Amino acid sequence: MTYLVKPKLLRADAPRNALGYTRRDYEGAISTLCAGCGHDSISAAVVQACFDLDIEPHRVAKLSGIGCSSKTPDYFLGNSHGFNTTHGRMPSVLTGAALANRDLIYMGVSGDGDSASIGIGQFAHAMRRGVNMTYIVENNGVYGLTKGQFSATADKGSKSKRGVVNSDTPIDLAALALQLGASYVGRSFSGDKEQLIPLIKGALRHRGPAFIDVISPCVTFNNHAGSTKSYDYVREHNEAVNRLDFILPRDKIEASYPAGSLRRIVQHDGSILHLRKLDADYDPSDRVGAMNYLQERQALGEIVTGLLYVDSGAVDLHRHLNTVEKPLNQLGDAYLCPGSKALEALNAALR
Amino acid sequence: MKPTNIGGHEYFHKVVDCQWACPAHTPVPEYIRLIAAGRYSDAYMINWRSNVFPGILGRVCDRPCEPACRRGRVDKEPVAICRLKRVAADLKDDVSGRLPQPAKMNGKRIACVGAGPASLTVARDLVVLGYQVTVFDNGASPGGMMRSQIPKFRLPDEVIDEECGYIIGLGVETRYNQWVGSLRDLVAEGWDAIFVGTGAPRGRDAPIPGREEAAKHIHIGIDWLANVAFGHTTKIAKRVIVLGGGNTAMDCCRSARRLGGDDVKVIVRSGFEEMKASPWEKEEAIHEGIPIINMRVPKEFRHDNGKLTGVLFEIVRAEYDAKGRRSLIATGEPDEFHECDEVLVAIGQENAFPWIEKDIGLDFDKWGMPVLNEKTLQSTLPKVFFGGDAALGPKNIITAAAQGHEAAISIDLFCRGKKLDDRPPPEFNLVSQKMGIHEWSYDNQVSEEERKKVPVKALEKTLKDIKLELELGFDSFMACAEAERCLNCDVETVFAGKICIECDACVDICPTECITFTANGEEDDLRGRLKAPAKLLEQALYVSDDLKTGRVMVKDENICLHCGMCAERCPTGAWDMQKFFMQCAEAGTEAKRT
Ligand SMILES: Cc1cc2nc3c(=O)[nH]c(=O)nc-3n(C[C@H](O)[C@H](O)[C@H](O)COP(=O)(O)OP(=O)(O)OC[C@H]3O[C@@H](n4cnc5c(N)ncnc54)[C@H](O)[C@@H]3O)c2cc1C
Ligand SMILES: Cc1ncc(C[n+]2csc(CCOP(=O)(O)OP(=O)(O)O)c2C)c(N)n1
Ligand code: SF4
Ligand code: SF4
Ligand code: SF4
Ligand SMILES: [Mg+2]
Repeated sequence: MTYLVKPKLLRADAPRNALGYTRRDYEGAISTLCAGCGHDSISAAVVQACFDLDIEPHRVAKLSGIGCSSKTPDYFLGNSHGFNTTHGRMPSVLTGAALANRDLIYMGVSGDGDSASIGIGQFAHAMRRGVNMTYIVENNGVYGLTKGQFSATADKGSKSKRGVVNSDTPIDLAALALQLGASYVGRSFSGDKEQLIPLIKGALRHRGPAFIDVISPCVTFNNHAGSTKSYDYVREHNEAVNRLDFILPRDKIEASYPAGSLRRIVQHDGSILHLRKLDADYDPSDRVGAMNYLQERQALGEIVTGLLYVDSGAVDLHRHLNTVEKPLNQLGDAYLCPGSKALEALNAALR
Repeated sequence: MKPTNIGGHEYFHKVVDCQWACPAHTPVPEYIRLIAAGRYSDAYMINWRSNVFPGILGRVCDRPCEPACRRGRVDKEPVAICRLKRVAADLKDDVSGRLPQPAKMNGKRIACVGAGPASLTVARDLVVLGYQVTVFDNGASPGGMMRSQIPKFRLPDEVIDEECGYIIGLGVETRYNQWVGSLRDLVAEGWDAIFVGTGAPRGRDAPIPGREEAAKHIHIGIDWLANVAFGHTTKIAKRVIVLGGGNTAMDCCRSARRLGGDDVKVIVRSGFEEMKASPWEKEEAIHEGIPIINMRVPKEFRHDNGKLTGVLFEIVRAEYDAKGRRSLIATGEPDEFHECDEVLVAIGQENAFPWIEKDIGLDFDKWGMPVLNEKTLQSTLPKVFFGGDAALGPKNIITAAAQGHEAAISIDLFCRGKKLDDRPPPEFNLVSQKMGIHEWSYDNQVSEEERKKVPVKALEKTLKDIKLELELGFDSFMACAEAERCLNCDVETVFAGKICIECDACVDICPTECITFTANGEEDDLRGRLKAPAKLLEQALYVSDDLKTGRVMVKDENICLHCGMCAERCPTGAWDMQKFFMQCAEAGTEAKRT
């Protein structure tokens, strides 16, 4: 843990994005997490992704629940909106916020305890409803903040620091998200930013519920031999199905790929996902195939990572509900409350 | 790339940019921390050992350390290293009790010719080993050009007296007012070794039409400055032109301003940027109301029957050939005439050794410089050593001191019949600064304050009195604030790859993105692939052994703030902050046996 505030001194040639910001402008308060916690790497990846996408910090709303993972929004995007809900309740608060103001970019940040244990119901419904958001679970298989009890994502047979073996069946949040209708589903590892950053970028520019399960080792309570969420274990069992390059419409595409090795997906806003196939047969547009693949590989002990599924034509909650386009706070009183005459007319129409 | 060899002193020394750049390798950050802690005498003694003249250098050093200072690459300006040195000298207690005691005489006799900084350094280093050292100088007091050239408003006599006094007080024998007229005779006197520290005493002239006729009104800069320094010259005419663009020109024009010149101009061949004078010297001159006019080559001194009326200049522009060599080309514009009453010629200095016979076995090269072994400073006459401006041409005080140390080592080895190449290595150590989880024995919080300006006396006052020192120096509060700007580059980031779990914590926290974990490669490939590309080639990359994932840790030393955050965030202690302290060997230190 560091008490110091990061010095502001910068190299003269520190890169600036289209808004004139440096990466440092996307940071938040100094982290109070344990030194070496995977969650800090995810924060760094979010910073990089937002910097690369020239996102205006004040256009982002970051919401989280309770847990070490849910503390992280304090450590990135210090100039964005934030909301710490009660434990496991982030999805419904986020849904409400998104309904009230569709102009913001919504980022839900949660833990495996927050989303798979106490908040599993909330998680499920936010996915089902098609809320337009980027939902990141920082998954360490334990309740880090309360000192390392197994969470609902802990693998059967995984050993706790004190030697207890977990006997419950794990919840695979990525598989659940697929089943529940998320239109962008990925899995990654906090220790692999090359994979994680483009996944976050693609999610931020996706319309619809984008879910990323990020395995993020808890160095303090779940990074020992016998754990299936340690740095070493994840590195050994990580099997990526593809590698994503995220390309903004304005970017020139320079890389060339051997025929058949690339899948090109254009999202609703013109941004392009270049998927370099690592598994030639894997089809990220096949929801059922993806679910099967995850099950099969999981059974072999592999941790499947990459962009598992994407539906670039997906529509979201606002389309489903046919909501008004303007954020509610920009609608005048007269519009929000049309008066008793209008109410009478409405009632009459329903009689 | 191969893993960096961090054993020995070479690698970590280079990380301490200021110490590396200092010719005498003064442990700069160590003394800066001592100043911040109010331990001025300790700070002074560290300087004294390395550079011999902290009070003098703290005022007038050419400060090669400052352009090298890392702070200058992450902030607008470097740490005011030089003026902090002055603080140590100004605020110290009486240090006489801390000076070394002369050792028992060893019976060897050494002659030093000249009492400038080079000779005095040799004398200091040898006298404490028991040598009997005798210093000859044609002047009446020690200091050489520090006393005869540098104007008093930059360097008062008291400071020179004090610091030369420390050396003489160690038991050095002095022969003032004694010009050594013949090296042959000196050799014949049977000294065990002779050190030549006679400087570069001759000022270059401008032999253009009118020079002889108007000679009464045209002075060679360094001769004129010496006359000013010793009080022989106390006045100058109202309109003065100074020819030249080096520090001597700056001293000439500023002295002229103080002796009655109220229309003083500096007129130079080169462009403003290429002028040899230090940026701060130019700034001072401009501040004192002296215009600097560039790209003008003097063509003729105009006079009226021997009374100077002005100087005629050709207007030129600079052109560079493919190799970057400059030539000055006339622009074709009409020549420019500048009126004046007196001219000071400050266009360079030369070496001269009229007192060294050409047939005594001491070889000179085609430029009239002694042929020396650059490392040992020994001449072709084995007993005779050179140092300072006399050795490799006019440089500065700190170079003279550094060479004095080297010559003293050589002389000591020579007198003991040892091989001169077998030079003693520097002393160094590397010690962890960790005190607790986030506690270090140095202040790792990086100050974001700007460089402090040294307070000065009012211009009206200083322009009236040539002896009045312009700068007041930092007080203890300003000194502390300035000292805090130092990044502690000597507190090195030391990486132990064996216990690294590659969690990226250091990469994520590093405020300047110095650290990258990546596949190894050739240096130029690697430099381009880092989190922040490492473009400054003279700054080293620190490369680890192969890590568990097969990658390597690569750290670009260039703009590491030495904040220790990487070490604080490392869960396994793979990073540690360790203080590297190094001092160059002194004469008398034994070479390591291998
Ligand atoms: C105008 C001017 C300003 C300068 N300003 C600075 C500055 O701000 N900072 C800086 O670092 N450097 C400065 N320098 C350079 C600096 O003064 C010299 O580099 C330095 O003094 C060289 O030291 P030294 O020991 O080699 O010789 P010197 O200092 O030149 O001393 C040589 C001494 O030997 C004496 N001598 C010579 N021949 C004989 C002989 N045959 N017998 C007896 N005695 C003899 C000379 O009279 C002189 O006293 C300046 C130089 C000039 C000319
Ligand atoms: C309603 C409620 N129940 C229980 C808790 C105690 N609690 C705090 S954090 C936490 C688990 C957090 O686990 P996870 O979301 O995985 O976060 P991590 O710390 O592992 O990142 C629990 C159970 C609480 N704060 N509120
Ligand atoms: S307890 Fe675990 S999850 Fe929480 S900060 Fe520490 S390492 Fe991270
Ligand atoms: S910051 Fe301090 S230690 Fe680093 S180069 Fe500058 S003066 Fe030296
Ligand atoms: S000390 Fe460590 S964290 Fe600080 S700048 Fe240097 S490498 Fe980066
Ligand atoms: Mg957890």
